[in-house]
Amino acid sequence: MKHLLSIGDLTPDSAVDLLDEADRFKAALLGREVRKLPTLRGRTVMTVFFENSTRTRASFEVAGKWMSADVINVSAGTSSVSKGESLRDTAATLHAIGADALIVRHPASGAPRQVARWTAEMAQDGVAPSVINAGDGMHEHPTQALLDALTLRDRLGGIEGRRVGIVGDILHSRVARSNALLLTMLGADVVLIAPPTLMPLGADGWGVTVAHDLDSELPGLDAVMMLRVQAERMRGGFFPSPREYSIRYGLSETRRRMLPEHAVILHPGPMLRGMEIGYSVADSPQAAPLQQVANGVHVRMAVLFRLLVGGQVDA
Amino acid sequence: MTTVLITGTRPYGEGDPVDVLIDDGVITRIVPTVAGGRDAGGPDSAASAADEVIEAAGTVLLPGFVDMHTHLREPGREDAETVRSGSAAAARGGYTAVFAMANTEPVADTAVVTDHVYAQGQAVGLVDVHPVGAVTKGLAGAELAEMGVMAASSAAVRLFSDDGHCVADPLIMRRALEYARGLDVLIAQHAEEPRLTEGAVAHEGPTAARLGLAGWPRAAEESIVIRDALLARDAGARVHICHASTAGTVELIRWAKDQGIAITAEVTPHHLMLDDARLESYDGIFRVNPPLREESDTRALRAALADGVVDCVATDHAPHAAQDKCCEFSQARPGMLGLETALGVVAQTMVAPGLIDWRGVADVMSVRPAQITGLPDHGRPIEVGETANLTVVDPDSAWTVRGAELASIADNTPYEDLTLPARVRATLLRGRVTCVDGKVRAR
Repeated sequence: MKHLLSIGDLTPDSAVDLLDEADRFKAALLGREVRKLPTLRGRTVMTVFFENSTRTRASFEVAGKWMSADVINVSAGTSSVSKGESLRDTAATLHAIGADALIVRHPASGAPRQVARWTAEMAQDGVAPSVINAGDGMHEHPTQALLDALTLRDRLGGIEGRRVGIVGDILHSRVARSNALLLTMLGADVVLIAPPTLMPLGADGWGVTVAHDLDSELPGLDAVMMLRVQAERMRGGFFPSPREYSIRYGLSETRRRMLPEHAVILHPGPMLRGMEIGYSVADSPQAAPLQQVANGVHVRMAVLFRLLVGGQVDA
Repeated sequence: MTTVLITGTRPYGEGDPVDVLIDDGVITRIVPTVAGGRDAGGPDSAASAADEVIEAAGTVLLPGFVDMHTHLREPGREDAETVRSGSAAAARGGYTAVFAMANTEPVADTAVVTDHVYAQGQAVGLVDVHPVGAVTKGLAGAELAEMGVMAASSAAVRLFSDDGHCVADPLIMRRALEYARGLDVLIAQHAEEPRLTEGAVAHEGPTAARLGLAGWPRAAEESIVIRDALLARDAGARVHICHASTAGTVELIRWAKDQGIAITAEVTPHHLMLDDARLESYDGIFRVNPPLREESDTRALRAALADGVVDCVATDHAPHAAQDKCCEFSQARPGMLGLETALGVVAQTMVAPGLIDWRGVADVMSVRPAQITGLPDHGRPIEVGETANLTVVDPDSAWTVRGAELASIADNTPYEDLTLPARVRATLLRGRVTCVDGKVRAR
């Protein structure tokens, strides 16, 4: 496999292989004063973000730099169409410049897949860049799912047989889609918990359980993944008010205590404290958002390594 | 006076082969084809004197196709299509009449625009181009356009539609239907409740949910279909449903017809053949409005066309410039080419599985659309004395679709590289050959 566009591109073995690789990078860097490996020396990695991002972009940039890649950040603004240049022309330009990898975030679902297809068509010499989906519209965010899985594996000792609740704005969440795919692939029992207005049609066909009552699910969860409410993607009233949402689906301190003691609390960030997650809950020992961020760098190192020099992610 | 002879063809694919003689635009003789051909001494002395002979053994002769739903893009988007290029595509597709939708730039909401489109069509002369007038000014859905003036103009507009937009306001739609009844013209509705489709780019279902594409629910179409059926009933008017796309719409139309409501409906070739599994590629070529639905919907639409609940096939031929399709899926303009591929798609989805025969093709692609729109010389029986608006179809001529080889300026066909089972051999408009073997004959 040349690209990482969807969790669906992975097999269970290749997904575990990526997590193991991330662990090896973590171990290799542990305790080092200068965190620099020569792994990607001479390789050019471009982050191409058509949508604002702090943590994902910085995480990919650090991952590339710690492996000695030349990392270039391309600010593509918002939609390529509104900019006046087409996405295809932008892809052609970046391909012509000679990137080995394009890390693409885009507000339109499927845009990274189209970039991968177009650059493959353009490659006169057959050498096209690897494309990594860094979040596309409401579709997927595969490296986020991988870093979440790595965090769960760290905290719980394994994923198979664990019950993970994904809570909140499932409908608009690329994180939820990638996580549902990956965690079920790795043997977890996934339950999606949201009001019906924020649950995608057909989600019950994803091999997950669909639920609407958070309180009844909490005692049975090994992990709970709180999602950001994506107000910017919402048209019309998906729920009556932030207050009601918080009362029904916010992870308050009371609700935290309903979880088993060993349960892990994840959030992809940025967190809306007080609405999606209680102030103290986000800082509790069970909460792992900072560990997720740290693992993100190691996961992205593993993905870049596997795609650019370490053979194929998929067999 | 021009004389054309079509030899060895079978009207509607029925009976023994015949020779059809056309004098000055009218069918004058239909005689059995003599074995060995005319040179063997056929009975028809006029035949050997024909100005043009179309050797058509093995073909099916049908009345020329009528498309109630074409976008010719002129005026305004001549980079995608013009009346000339669209007429050429129509002639190659076997069409003798097309209705050019009103969502041009400027909108065809005045007689100035409709007369311009009509005059262009007349000048090109490959197909009868009937401009569709807008129902509301600027397609804005707020005020009725001057329908009476357009109906009385040289274009004699008979069909009105805000296609591309729904006439969503129920009071405006009621008034439009009532007003149309007074003019004896037809309102064609693009059934889409806009509040239910805000931001939508794909059929709302498991595929769109998995691909992260905002969904266009079936109810957005069906709620307008049933509303307009009731409004048409109360107004005593006729209403036509554009591009029916769901199984539920079929059932609502069936119910309305059973009630005696004057409702008709069309289905597009792409909704007969393609479903939303095509969206996996995120290729903007597959974005269309209404969206490609699920396989259960395509099955229901085929059955409804076969049993007459859906009256006819209309192409919704929607050319777009390359840059409007080769972009992010959600940014791609909705629409697909359809004129040149319609017959092949209908042959594949309806004739090959035995849902309809060639007479059925004549009904849904010519007779019914001509009746619905009130065209006196189209969709007529293939008989002596009738105007020779005809299509010669080779039912065994499989061909592979290449967008770049189509007559349209645009090349946004969803059937690229697909092999279709039947092709138009020749098209005749009032006895004049407008296309033969893919070659268009400008006047």
